Amino acid sequence: MDPLVVLNNVSMAYGKGASAVPAIEDVSLDIEPGEFIAVVGPSGCGKSSLMKLISGLHPVSKGELKVKGETVTRPLKSVGMAFQNSNLLPWRTCVDNVLLPLEIVPPHRQRIGSHRAEYKQKAVDLLNSVGLTGFTDKFPWQLSGGMQQRASICRALIHEPEVLMLDEPFGALDAFTREELWCALRDIHAARGVTVMLVTHDLREAVFLADTVYVMSNRPGRIVKKCRVTIPRPRDLEVTYTAEFQDVVHELRSMIGGKH
Amino acid sequence: MDRDEFMVKVVSPAAFTIGLFVIWELACRVFSIPLTILPAPSVIFAALIEFRAPIISNSWVTLWTTLAGFALATVFGLLMGIAVGWHKAIYAGVYPLLVGFNSIPKVAVVPVLILWFGLGEIPAILTAFLISFFPIVVNVATGLATTEPELEDVLRALGASKLDIMRKVGIPRSLPYFFGSLKVAITLAFVGAVVSETVGANKGIGKLMLDAQAAFQVQIVFAGLLVLAVLGILLYICTALIEKRFTGWAFRGQNR
Repeated sequence: MDPLVVLNNVSMAYGKGASAVPAIEDVSLDIEPGEFIAVVGPSGCGKSSLMKLISGLHPVSKGELKVKGETVTRPLKSVGMAFQNSNLLPWRTCVDNVLLPLEIVPPHRQRIGSHRAEYKQKAVDLLNSVGLTGFTDKFPWQLSGGMQQRASICRALIHEPEVLMLDEPFGALDAFTREELWCALRDIHAARGVTVMLVTHDLREAVFLADTVYVMSNRPGRIVKKCRVTIPRPRDLEVTYTAEFQDVVHELRSMIGGKH
Repeated sequence: MDRDEFMVKVVSPAAFTIGLFVIWELACRVFSIPLTILPAPSVIFAALIEFRAPIISNSWVTLWTTLAGFALATVFGLLMGIAVGWHKAIYAGVYPLLVGFNSIPKVAVVPVLILWFGLGEIPAILTAFLISFFPIVVNVATGLATTEPELEDVLRALGASKLDIMRKVGIPRSLPYFFGSLKVAITLAFVGAVVSETVGANKGIGKLMLDAQAAFQVQIVFAGLLVLAVLGILLYICTALIEKRFTGWAFRGQNR
């Protein structure tokens, strides 16, 4: 199968000319359809920039970036994004927040006015599937942080994107909630077969969830290590306590700089 | 409303207001303050009743000129705020002009308005408008400018246009700022209308006070001030209620 996303010696910089600040340098990677990749690295290494690049929000300054065989020059529409902050709109209920992308993306934006009930059912089903049954008509501030993050991921999924991009989505959650959401994300990936790109600085999270982990160096970000996680799926949380898991985490940790 | 809430929201403001008038009355009597310096509340209330006909007709003029100016300011302020918040270049270009314009004391503009439009309600309406649109523009523009960049990324990645982002996020987001600014704007509009009337007009509370002052009827001047204070409170309450009605989501946890 052809890769869904191809990066060939891609560089990217913020600003132009002599004052341009390089964010990513000479990055090459492929993402297969349905693959779960994680990008880890020290803070400020360009992980989020890589996400902006692939979603078409920021142009490539050098190299080649293709999604589904086409060179990316503008926002893709086939991408769903979620961030550390759930960014739900406080004036909309949970289900209306999830419906937001459908009011933007064609062909749904033309249909949603007349088929609202149908779309709403779809959103409710999606929310139910991540354990938010009974909270669909609540406002974001009536939900806990973990619930808000689940809703935010639903919003990223509702238009059935080909790539789900998550930028440290669990960074602001407590350890227990975070593990709960790992499992929720694992199940979403398994059930929907969506391609996922997860940016994180939590190595355990990366190894638990991903098929392939990329380690980036300090700014300007380069990929210093590509690591295939061979732990078989479905993975249970127990797996994180095995020696095999710890070894992978250890190896990744040694690739990332900083004082110990 | 339970007992504690009733104490805080009704009894407390009433007690403070009545207390103020009682102290005022006592001070006037104990120190025998002359009527021409500071009339006692009892004298002022008597004047209110005695001169109720001219007070009501002039209040009406002040009230509607205020509301007309405020309505203009709301429409113009909202449109201008959206324009200013739309793009950084417009913001950078227009903002210094706005600040400069806002710095001109509006009393100084009234003679020009009278020159253009003659004595009457129009200078008062325009003064009310000119003095009150600025906070609306600034608040709407701030609301738009503070949209979370991540949220914008989420929508832009879906191919959303600037207009989409404004409609779905920017404008709803700036509504609490907008309604909040209305409370400030309505009181300013009221000040503007009265200022214009005291500089030159043929009707209105400001004009009534000016005439009373010239005739040394100090109790009518104070009756006018009292009417202005009451009207100001009523207008403020109206806009505060509208604000609550439309942007309840921004006041979560306070009344739910």
